[in-house]
Amino acid sequence: MKKESKSNAFRHPLEKYFRDGIKYTTCPGCGNGIVAQSVLQGIEAMGGNIDEYAFVSGIGCSGWIPSPAFAGDLLHVTHGRSLPAATGLKIALPRQKVVVFQGDGDLGAIGGNHFIHACRRNIDLTVICVNNGIYGMTGGQAAPTTPGGLKTATTPLGNVERPFDVSALAITAGATFVARWTTWHAAQITASFRKAVSHPGFAFIEVISQCPVQYGKVVGMRNDPVAMLAGYRENSIPIAAAVKLPESEKAGKIVVGELLCRPEVPEFTRELARVKREARSGKEGARK
Amino acid sequence: MNKKDVNDKKSKKSGKTDFLLGNVACAEGALYAGCGFFAAYPITPASDIGEHFVKRVMDREGFFIQTEDEIAAIGAVIGASWGGLKAMTATSGPGISLMLENIGLATATETPCVIVNVQRGGPSTGSPSLPLQADMLQARYGSQGDYELIACAPSSPQEMFDLTVWAFNAAEKYRTPVFVLSDALVGHMYEQVHFPEPGELPVINRKIPERYDKKVPMFLDEDVAPMSVFGRGLKSNVTGSTHFADGTRSVASIAAMDDEIRKLRGKLHRAIDEITLDETCRIEDADVVLYSYGSMFRAALAGMELARSEGLRVGCYRATTVWPFPEKRVRDLTAHCKAVIVCENNLGQMYYPVAAAVAENIRVLKGTPEILGGLPRPEDVVRWVKEALK
Repeated sequence: MKKESKSNAFRHPLEKYFRDGIKYTTCPGCGNGIVAQSVLQGIEAMGGNIDEYAFVSGIGCSGWIPSPAFAGDLLHVTHGRSLPAATGLKIALPRQKVVVFQGDGDLGAIGGNHFIHACRRNIDLTVICVNNGIYGMTGGQAAPTTPGGLKTATTPLGNVERPFDVSALAITAGATFVARWTTWHAAQITASFRKAVSHPGFAFIEVISQCPVQYGKVVGMRNDPVAMLAGYRENSIPIAAAVKLPESEKAGKIVVGELLCRPEVPEFTRELARVKREARSGKEGARK
Repeated sequence: MNKKDVNDKKSKKSGKTDFLLGNVACAEGALYAGCGFFAAYPITPASDIGEHFVKRVMDREGFFIQTEDEIAAIGAVIGASWGGLKAMTATSGPGISLMLENIGLATATETPCVIVNVQRGGPSTGSPSLPLQADMLQARYGSQGDYELIACAPSSPQEMFDLTVWAFNAAEKYRTPVFVLSDALVGHMYEQVHFPEPGELPVINRKIPERYDKKVPMFLDEDVAPMSVFGRGLKSNVTGSTHFADGTRSVASIAAMDDEIRKLRGKLHRAIDEITLDETCRIEDADVVLYSYGSMFRAALAGMELARSEGLRVGCYRATTVWPFPEKRVRDLTAHCKAVIVCENNLGQMYYPVAAAVAENIRVLKGTPEILGGLPRPEDVVRWVKEALK
């Protein structure tokens, strides 16, 4: 049989942002591919120069969204520690757009302290939290976002802990751009990503994402990503509608949209530059 | 007498001299070496280093940030180093305990950085302001996996300056974390410190490739690969997972794992003669050699002088760099003697590598002060020497 020539082969329009020879790895039906595509679509729409970005990720499935596939600068670090690394990187390279990928465990559990302090500093990072409500890579243990009652690998009698609302946490801790979407809302993720990387401050995008293998196992939707996506569609309420609804009607629903945007709050690296500039001019003034 | 001094003392013709704290001298050394980023969490007895640094960089190039904890401090140091800045942190024992995972990351990703440990007593919170040489093995073995890094041990405020400059140079040259293992005694000691003029001491900067070329190794080169710092279109592929020379992760290959572990370690072991700094004093005719480092070197010297005045043939080996351990050199230098006393302000941490290095027919004893946290008196050292010669 004749091999199909390369020129006739289908080429994904975003393939140019992938490192040569890298195969993208996810479990079947995982939401990571949707998140990766949404972000790369955003980069494409922003001019397509991936060298303007730096990608930082930690440990877990979400760490594999940029690393090693994206053909830009990648820093793949220890579990929960991507925000400190991104903070140092951003201070060293304030003009670089630093994009951090974290899972809900990486961000809400082991890295929780770094998260609240990065929000508080309002440092200009874009953080995308892939929230699948479970520890996927380690085999389906409870996450800080796992709903109460779920029987996971570490909660065989049902989860008795209450889940974190990571977007609410971001708002409370001082983030200045917060959006929440699900993997059903791929185009909206792209639009929010464009705003987030242009936003001068700590920008947080929570993406509720399906894990059909591990989360699917505990909710009876094993390997049924279509049903999970359909569930996101059915259960999502736009923020504009949600603010008018009573709490009782919002139970079990996912409020999506841009929850907060405060570009006027001073950004950390700019504040560092400002105080140094003032110290310099004060010194010069003193000489006169 | 010195095998290699940190700096040639004869070259110190210009510059200025001041009377200051060891920790302040350390911060000045960092500035001299071109440190552009310092992240730390406050801890006694190391805080003065960052406090002095931040005052000095307020109106010039360079940044200091106080992080939420030590884990974030070393994480930010790694990020800043990949952002192209020379980066450091300073802490004490409990802070190092928190940093260890990311110190492993810095080793695995060949990230140049300087970690100052102004050691205090432990375990746990211990005695925050009392000096012990408590973390000698932790510095070398604390993170998981087989790895190697560089550590030096200053014994005076002058050396807090000189060895901090040296530590940055070694970090940049070998792309590795470098420890400055001080202790509260040296960090909080006031002494005369000479500051050389800019240009008097060498300042080394990392090699950076000019363009992205996926065929050029960026990692795991035993001759030290150039560092593809961020923001220059070099498409850095940095991961703490097992990786190939281009940075690509490979977590399921035994061959890749073996290759990485051997090469990361081999990089420093190949250069061990160049890295090693030490001093010997009256070792040629010595029956007993005192092995010491850091603040303990001062006590060993005083003990040696008293012992010599009593007719005992005692010499000193001072490890200026503690890691990587120069096994062959320690064995060769002590081959002619009857005993080695490992003098340190702990219950015997460097005793084990020294005991493993010296020849079988030589006695190796521990020299520990009667009360930990204090230095031995010269008479104590003489007593140890007599014990060793029995």
